[in-house]
Amino acid sequence: MTQNTDNKQLKISGAEIFVKCLEAEGIDLVFGYPGGAVLHIYDELHKQNKVAHILVRHEQGAVHAAEGYAKSSDKTGVVLVTSGPGATNAITGIADAYMDSVPIVVFTGQVRTALIGNDAFQEVDTVGITRSCVKHNFMITDVHDMAETIKKAFYVASTGRPGPVVVDIPKDITEDFCEFNYPESVSMRSYNPDIKVLDDDIDLAVKSILSCKKPVIYAGGGVINSNASQELTDLAKYLNFPVTNTLMGLGCFPGNDDQFIQMLGMHGSYEANMAMHDCDLLIAVGARFDDRITGRLDKFSPNATVIHIDVDPSSISKNIKAHIPIVGDVKDVVNQISKKIVQKNLKPKNIDKWWAQINEWRKKDSFGYKQGKDIIKPQYVIDRLYEITKGDAFVTSDVGQHQMWAAQLYKFRKPNRWINSGGLGTMGFGLPSAMGTQLANPDSLVCCVTGEASIQMCIQELSTCMQYGLPIKIINLNNRYMGMVRQWQEFFYEKRYAMSYMDALPDFVKLAESYGHIGYKIEKPSDVDSAIIEALNQKDRLVFLDFITDQDENVFPMIATGEAHNKMILS
Amino acid sequence: MRHIISVLLENEAGALSRVAGLFSARSFNIESLSVAPSEDSSASRMTIVTSGNDVVIEQVVKQLNKLIDVIEVSEITADEHVEREIAFVKIDGKSISDKMMSDFSTNEFLKIHKTKSNEIIIECVDSPEKINLFLNSVKNIAVKIVRSGSVGINSN
Repeated sequence: MTQNTDNKQLKISGAEIFVKCLEAEGIDLVFGYPGGAVLHIYDELHKQNKVAHILVRHEQGAVHAAEGYAKSSDKTGVVLVTSGPGATNAITGIADAYMDSVPIVVFTGQVRTALIGNDAFQEVDTVGITRSCVKHNFMITDVHDMAETIKKAFYVASTGRPGPVVVDIPKDITEDFCEFNYPESVSMRSYNPDIKVLDDDIDLAVKSILSCKKPVIYAGGGVINSNASQELTDLAKYLNFPVTNTLMGLGCFPGNDDQFIQMLGMHGSYEANMAMHDCDLLIAVGARFDDRITGRLDKFSPNATVIHIDVDPSSISKNIKAHIPIVGDVKDVVNQISKKIVQKNLKPKNIDKWWAQINEWRKKDSFGYKQGKDIIKPQYVIDRLYEITKGDAFVTSDVGQHQMWAAQLYKFRKPNRWINSGGLGTMGFGLPSAMGTQLANPDSLVCCVTGEASIQMCIQELSTCMQYGLPIKIINLNNRYMGMVRQWQEFFYEKRYAMSYMDALPDFVKLAESYGHIGYKIEKPSDVDSAIIEALNQKDRLVFLDFITDQDENVFPMIATGEAHNKMILS
Repeated sequence: MRHIISVLLENEAGALSRVAGLFSARSFNIESLSVAPSEDSSASRMTIVTSGNDVVIEQVVKQLNKLIDVIEVSEITADEHVEREIAFVKIDGKSISDKMMSDFSTNEFLKIHKTKSNEIIIECVDSPEKINLFLNSVKNIAVKIVRSGSVGINSN
């Protein structure tokens, strides 16, 4: 496909340039699904062996896989899909990545430029319909712009507050020729992610930290994105301050540490929510005061001075007014605060009384449950998974009750180990994100905690797992209900269980087997351990563990929508 | 409260819809929006008139700044500024009295155009408040009103 022109410069096709750009960017893996508009690109992928391609079974799976890949590593996830339905199928995943700030670049094929706007076969306005759920998007309309646009796409996706970037490529652009030059760096006058932290803001924060009596560190996914877990943990340990995590922040502070007061929010621990309500200093680090965290806004942390550290200025004072706003990269800010406290050996006030109060709240054991002899409690499965895997597995989840139990009970000790859909709440996320996680961490144990409703939303990816030999362990908490929907119907709709019963379920063991995997059904509490151990022993195989669990179990504590943090339903 | 926000943005395809889409997606009000080339041929300047309390306006400015194509955002009502709008009013010639016509002709802020079909187009360039007053005075005889929306510039 190469041509020598008069001036002896080597011209190559847009499709070849595309693949060379990925290579130059250090991308070694792409998740995708071919189709008419991207056939030139697939042909070029076929001719080389530097960029591998994982063929999913549905484009939504490709994007979730790329998310899992990105969240469990420090790399950017890459997706390649065709135009029209390829692009629309990818949108759920793109929106998911946008809500959870996941760095991915999604390349979508497009019809030929001459056909755009003509309602051509497999044409959609991809740039238009993804606009509100991307960090940015581009359409390449000239092959000469391809390399620079791709460079920009990776730059925008992975810097500042990360997010998804879509690049739409019309088919004719991939067959046009030009010279290939991948820019070494990129600068955009309208986008500058390097934020200079103001010294005065740091001083104000330090003053509050050293004078407070009832502090809480409320740390979110931004800590993990900024790769600042160690720095934050060191500072929190030095200060002896209690730390709570958002759903997205789990693992950024060791879950088995005494200073950890568990997750906060709608299904957070009693001690975390009470501490949030009663604190006099709230240090929000890389968290965004989402409605599932704050509950009723006017009753939120009524007596607290709020320090809010975030790389995205629009997250600050959006829901809760920050008294001390600090815009900047979390790692940079935490380091600067540490410099003014730890390195100067300054000590905060004694907070023994605050800890005594927190320990009093802890006695409620709000995540507790009673495992009897007959029916498996879903929490018990997570507890056993945690013990048997020594808290060291990568755990992905779908959305619902099982997600909350995994978040509550699997005490993540390291960042990037808990891969779930927090903001968008996408059922179907668990299995494909586990594929990406396994591919980014080929020698590690990856477990997908799911439910019988969620798993069916991307069940087709069992085929992808077979093709690429991904030895994921699926922990299916099967209660025959969309559990979280059932729970809300029990509490708020007088037990009218409209459409939440999962009728006509498949035999998951046979289903797993039909895809070539191993499946077990577990019905007795006494069999839980042996099933998990057996699954872990199958190191090279995907094992589907179908745990038949208590149908009536609910996630507690629970803060009903519009209630304050100190108004929890405990059981 | 009413605010005028001036936005300098890259002349990229779709940049206008990013801004318009942001306002609808986040339920921000738009009273008027105008966009035209700026002193820099690769950038356009957009003037948005919006309303909301301080918290909302803070979010509007932050969210605009977050758009990758946006180079600069300034809230010009925060400081001294000049603001102008243009309005055209089409009136049937028969409904204008001689007295009115002579008032219009001597008003330095108005220009009068005549059409082939005996209609009068009055062109008015002024602050939106004055334009509102003027439009109010002709509302019973106006056949069509066309307004540009405000543009503004800092004057301190």
